[in-house]
Amino acid sequence: MSARDAILKRLRERTDGALNAPDSDFSVVTGRGWSIGERLERFERLITSVHGEVIHTTHDNWTVDLAELLHAKGVHRLALGREHPVAAEARSALDARDVVLLDADRDIESWQQEQFESTDAGLTSTRGAIAETGSLWLWPTPDEPRLISLVPPIHIAVLDADTIEDTFFDVIEAHGWADGMPTNALLVSGPSKTADIEQTLAYGVHGPRELVVLVRHAEERK
Amino acid sequence: MSVETYTPQAFHRQAHDALGSPQIRSNFRKAMDGLMSKRRDVFSDWDLEALRELGANIRLRALARLPELLERLEANCEASGIKVHWAEDGEEACRIIRELCEARGAKSVIKGKSMVSEEMHLNAHLEAAGIEALESDLGEYLVQLNEQTPSHIIMPAIHLNTDEISTIMHDKTGLARTRDVDVMTAAARAQLRERFMSADIGISGVNFAVAETGTLCLVENEGNGRMTTTVPPVHIAVTGIEKVVEHLRDVPPLYALLTRSATGQHVTTYFNMISSPRKRGEHDGPEEVHLVLVDNGRSSIYQDDELLDTLRCIRCGACMNHCPVYTRVGGHTYGTTYPGPIGSILMPHMLGLEQTKDLPTASSLCGACGEVCPVKIPIPDLLVRLRREAVGEGRGNVPGAGVKRTKKEVAAWKGWQWLATHPSAWRGGTAIVGKLQALTPSKLGPWTECRTAPRPAKRSLHALVKRHQAGKDKSDAEKSAANHVIKKGKDEEERS
Repeated sequence: MSARDAILKRLRERTDGALNAPDSDFSVVTGRGWSIGERLERFERLITSVHGEVIHTTHDNWTVDLAELLHAKGVHRLALGREHPVAAEARSALDARDVVLLDADRDIESWQQEQFESTDAGLTSTRGAIAETGSLWLWPTPDEPRLISLVPPIHIAVLDADTIEDTFFDVIEAHGWADGMPTNALLVSGPSKTADIEQTLAYGVHGPRELVVLVRHAEERK
Repeated sequence: MSVETYTPQAFHRQAHDALGSPQIRSNFRKAMDGLMSKRRDVFSDWDLEALRELGANIRLRALARLPELLERLEANCEASGIKVHWAEDGEEACRIIRELCEARGAKSVIKGKSMVSEEMHLNAHLEAAGIEALESDLGEYLVQLNEQTPSHIIMPAIHLNTDEISTIMHDKTGLARTRDVDVMTAAARAQLRERFMSADIGISGVNFAVAETGTLCLVENEGNGRMTTTVPPVHIAVTGIEKVVEHLRDVPPLYALLTRSATGQHVTTYFNMISSPRKRGEHDGPEEVHLVLVDNGRSSIYQDDELLDTLRCIRCGACMNHCPVYTRVGGHTYGTTYPGPIGSILMPHMLGLEQTKDLPTASSLCGACGEVCPVKIPIPDLLVRLRREAVGEGRGNVPGAGVKRTKKEVAAWKGWQWLATHPSAWRGGTAIVGKLQALTPSKLGPWTECRTAPRPAKRSLHALVKRHQAGKDKSDAEKSAANHVIKKGKDEEERS
């Protein structure tokens, strides 16, 4: 008998008999009822508490803020996608400036060394965010692959303020994740960190040292 | 630093040594105090009881449907291109992984944190086959450099302080001595990035495997888990068969419990959900993904209604953080892959009670572990159950059951039972003991190492009361003592 069949047989022929599966009450992880303002406040408070940076901007003006950010952080080489509106707008706005745009939609084998060693930052869109934990959610695509939010030392994520939802449970349910998962789904809550040396926090141990979230609003915030 | 080998058989000696080490005592005390208060704070605005109830309930439901869910997990993984392998024990799992490495001609493997791989001694197995296995979690990396094993399931290098780590990094990697944690972290980042790029295969554990979607979930802060599962051309995930959950919506409550219970964080930096290898048109991620499902004693635990609760564990480590014994002796003292309370109820099934007979007694049964467990495993009850199994008074379905049973002890309890159920013999016996009180030995094994030996009273309470009632009291002291007892008895009668 194969290991598989032997294991399953033992589980099925359980000595103490079949077990009853209880129903689950999920109310403790949903139904927060936060307003848009509360969500935004909570998201910002939590993600900044773990060293994430938040910059508020508008749909019309965000590429100007992006350019300023790149300048302030000394980013000369930026990896980004091409087709997603975030990448497309960034490309057209940044074209003339002093930033080398690296195409992320290439097979990693052709530019691994470049991505690891000479890419200053990766720019990605996000699908949304979670207020309760201050988390971004990303479903990487061929246009914006998995590693550009991980390998470069700075990850710049663009988030639309109206896509922040209350809880992780709410996101999974509202967007029907169970109906079709992508190759990789990610929650990102701050830059890479460790406390493995005597409980002392250090950032950027393997992934980005910095995470900057550009939160886009419909209008200028008063 | 020398390589130290810890074994569960030497628990008492190791505990003695650890208790005598100010370094170990202070490293663990400091860390555990911090973790306990962080956990308390992060749950302060939650209905913790409702969340624990849900967590326990989700795990129980998964176990109730375990065979069916494993088949669904397998079918859904295979449908999206993740190859599933089954292993009866650690040895078979090691062999499967080695063969996968050999099929790719792999010479170097980079690892994300996986306690199951520790449980099956995967690194040693691969090294023996000429395949280098490098740990990439910073704590695991440091422990591996120091030729040790993890002393905590979440924070593997918790037993080391900054100075010790500085010495390790200096001696093993040539880094100039420093107390600057950022400098040491940056050095490790640079050293490991080279290895991520060149590794042939990445090996990781799994925190939750979702049957409904065939998704492998990994929880981490560092990003080494994402690196391990994305950069090398092959990813092998290895996990125990109990890690499966039924639905995707079962994941958020367990994740909420896990990070808060483990380190007091409201969330970890990354939650990485993998549902297939690189698809056509995608530009990164491994071409091959394998899932190795390991039994290694779990299906035996599964047979018994009481022991089953052991399998609810989500490996947060809160039980060790709150354990007064673990905090004092540290993780290595247990001599097993999983230390602390969860290790004491899990390892006897994996290694047998012959080797682990001291672990279920390495507890004061204070109950803290059971109170903080996010999935409400009644750990103290399970410790007692294993104590019973060890002396042959349980169901006999734990390997090595009865190993602590001795004829002397059995006879002693039998004698006690007989005496206690035969009043005249009891009275005679206690009278003799009272008469011979002067002969009580002053040394009674371990009991008197830090206590004075108990001395039986001249007359038993029973005898005193009897004398009082018969009006034969001689001594005033005895009289007042007996009066007190009688009065108390009367009070209770009146109340009832």
